[in-house]
Amino acid sequence: MAAVTTSAERSLNKLAIVGVLIVTMIFLAPIYWIASTAFKPRNLATTIPPTVVFQPEISPFVKLFTKRSQLRTAPTPEQYAAAPWWERLVFDGGEKVVRSGRGEVQWSGYPSRFMNSLIVAITSTILAVGMGTFTAYGFSRFKIKGEQDLLFFILSTRMLPPVVVAIPMFLMYRAVGLNDTHWGLIILYTAFNLSFSVWLMKGFMDEIPKEYEEAALVDGYTRMEAFFKIVLPEAATGIAATAVFCFITAWNEYAFALIMTNRRAQTAPPFIPSQVGSGLPDWTVIAAGTFLFLLPVAIFTFLLRNHLLRGMSFGAIRK
Amino acid sequence: MAHIQLKNISKTFGNHTALTGLNLDIADGEFFVLLGETGAGKTTTLRMIAGLEKPDEGQIFIDGADVADWGAAERDVALVLQQYSLYPRYTVRENLEFPLKPKIRRIEPDEIKTRVDRVARTLRIEHLLDRKTDRLSGGEMQRVSIGRAIVRKPRVFLMDEPLSALDAKLREALRTELKNIQMNLGQTFLFVTHDQIEAMSMGDKVGVLNHGRIVQTGTPYEIYNNPRDTYVASFVGSPPMNLIDGKLVNGRAVMAPLNFELPFAGGAKTSAATDGRPLVFGIRPEDVYLESGAPVEARVHDVENHGVEKILTLRVGDAMLRATVPARTDVEIEQPVRFAWDPDKVVLFDKGSGISLRHAG
Repeated sequence: MAAVTTSAERSLNKLAIVGVLIVTMIFLAPIYWIASTAFKPRNLATTIPPTVVFQPEISPFVKLFTKRSQLRTAPTPEQYAAAPWWERLVFDGGEKVVRSGRGEVQWSGYPSRFMNSLIVAITSTILAVGMGTFTAYGFSRFKIKGEQDLLFFILSTRMLPPVVVAIPMFLMYRAVGLNDTHWGLIILYTAFNLSFSVWLMKGFMDEIPKEYEEAALVDGYTRMEAFFKIVLPEAATGIAATAVFCFITAWNEYAFALIMTNRRAQTAPPFIPSQVGSGLPDWTVIAAGTFLFLLPVAIFTFLLRNHLLRGMSFGAIRK
Repeated sequence: MAHIQLKNISKTFGNHTALTGLNLDIADGEFFVLLGETGAGKTTTLRMIAGLEKPDEGQIFIDGADVADWGAAERDVALVLQQYSLYPRYTVRENLEFPLKPKIRRIEPDEIKTRVDRVARTLRIEHLLDRKTDRLSGGEMQRVSIGRAIVRKPRVFLMDEPLSALDAKLREALRTELKNIQMNLGQTFLFVTHDQIEAMSMGDKVGVLNHGRIVQTGTPYEIYNNPRDTYVASFVGSPPMNLIDGKLVNGRAVMAPLNFELPFAGGAKTSAATDGRPLVFGIRPEDVYLESGAPVEARVHDVENHGVEKILTLRVGDAMLRATVPARTDVEIEQPVRFAWDPDKVVLFDKGSGISLRHAG
């Protein structure tokens, strides 16, 4: 590049920055919409034109986590005074929190669905990335008969839209008793992600010089020790990038979760829209559920952002 | 300490034949250099001794024991590579400790510390011990690599072009250093290189490898002065040996395509059998000299000034000949000169096979 930047180049740079800002805003607009709706009072959620300036409220989140019913009569001042701050927010919305006979607050279905999502996504990510790493290492380091064919076979499992097999899968799962279980979804998502994980990890493994392990082998380490001590730390970037992709896929999966689960093992994606249908849709509660649902992926991606960037540009940079 | 023998080793990779019928004998405590061009099979040989590759045929013996079924860890060899033998995530100290820490060794932490410190002192890298290896210069990295090898006291040191990636000055310095280390340790070293200067200056013995075969094994002196065939003659030495086609007629060397003659009386043992037979005359550039009354006239094609000497390219007809002359020799390009050779130094090769008559006999 020229050492001197001309004024034309500089103004072009500015233009590019403006362009990037506009695109970023377009991409962020829906997320802003979700986030802002999650903090709106119910009556402002569906105004036309949309309300942009409002007093943020926490009540949608309180409603999200509790079981509620419509109030027929306004609460008595004593009831109101005795209620904790969060219950008053529910009263203000014309509803009351459902309590058991012994006065315990009844939780909504959301927390357990959220936990299910975490259990399924984390376990299947660990399994897919773990198996993918070992498989990729094998393909990368050893001479395997029909290596290309095997790799193609692994890739070919991704060539069909997964929903195509939804009905046979459902029948099989019902037959073996896997439907509506955590393991059912974990196995399913691991299978989806495995081929992707193998291919991505193979690329990263190929980039690690095999001299590293050979030096360790000659120094008196076993192949296993060399793998864990040398290869795995070197592959950390690849593992992180692969994990983010696998996690997002498993976390966001909707169709199979909808078909294969209904209560015990249901994840958040099919649960959130199901709330639209019960009573009058409260968009603030749905937005609050969606907003919380976005957080784990955002945090996970943010934590691994450096690895992820390298993972995205993977293949573009060659030594 | 170890005595290494390779017997009749062959190895192919797919369609590519890396080694054929390779025999090698490396004495205990010897600095053996395996010299050859890229792709000659040097690294494959090294990797087989290290246990990273298995031969298709043949046997490898370390101290008389057949090591066919031994893994790399059991062979107790150390390997220094051109690059990538250091772990970028580790500090220099951690890299040096690494070979001492496998479970099979069980070395006490105190002992590890003592050994690492001693090696650091030997290689003058004490000030680098806490640095990450990706922040070292090329020379420092190679020092640490060598340190990683010697810290363990292995039976054999295998070095795969450890100096090739370094710049010239550093290479020279490390060459001397490595030779000193070997002499102090008294260990068996197998050093692989494509650089004939490294081979000549470091090796007790040199093995020249060409297309997966050992062409010649001997001391650097033997290799240089008595090459077994025209390949060795042209590969070893810079500038290489002059090789000229011709034949012997009545005690004179008659160069066939060029029509010039040189006296050959008293030269290499000649017999009636060599008379008239197509030969290749090999003469080192330093054994070609310029003299006003010399028998052959040539023109100076090119002059390379190397400070202590000049390397002239002489043109006779359309054949080129190199001559190393003292720096004070005053010649210009295209100047006509007369030259002769030292007949005692001429090596005769059979034209057909390329093999030296001295070796064939």
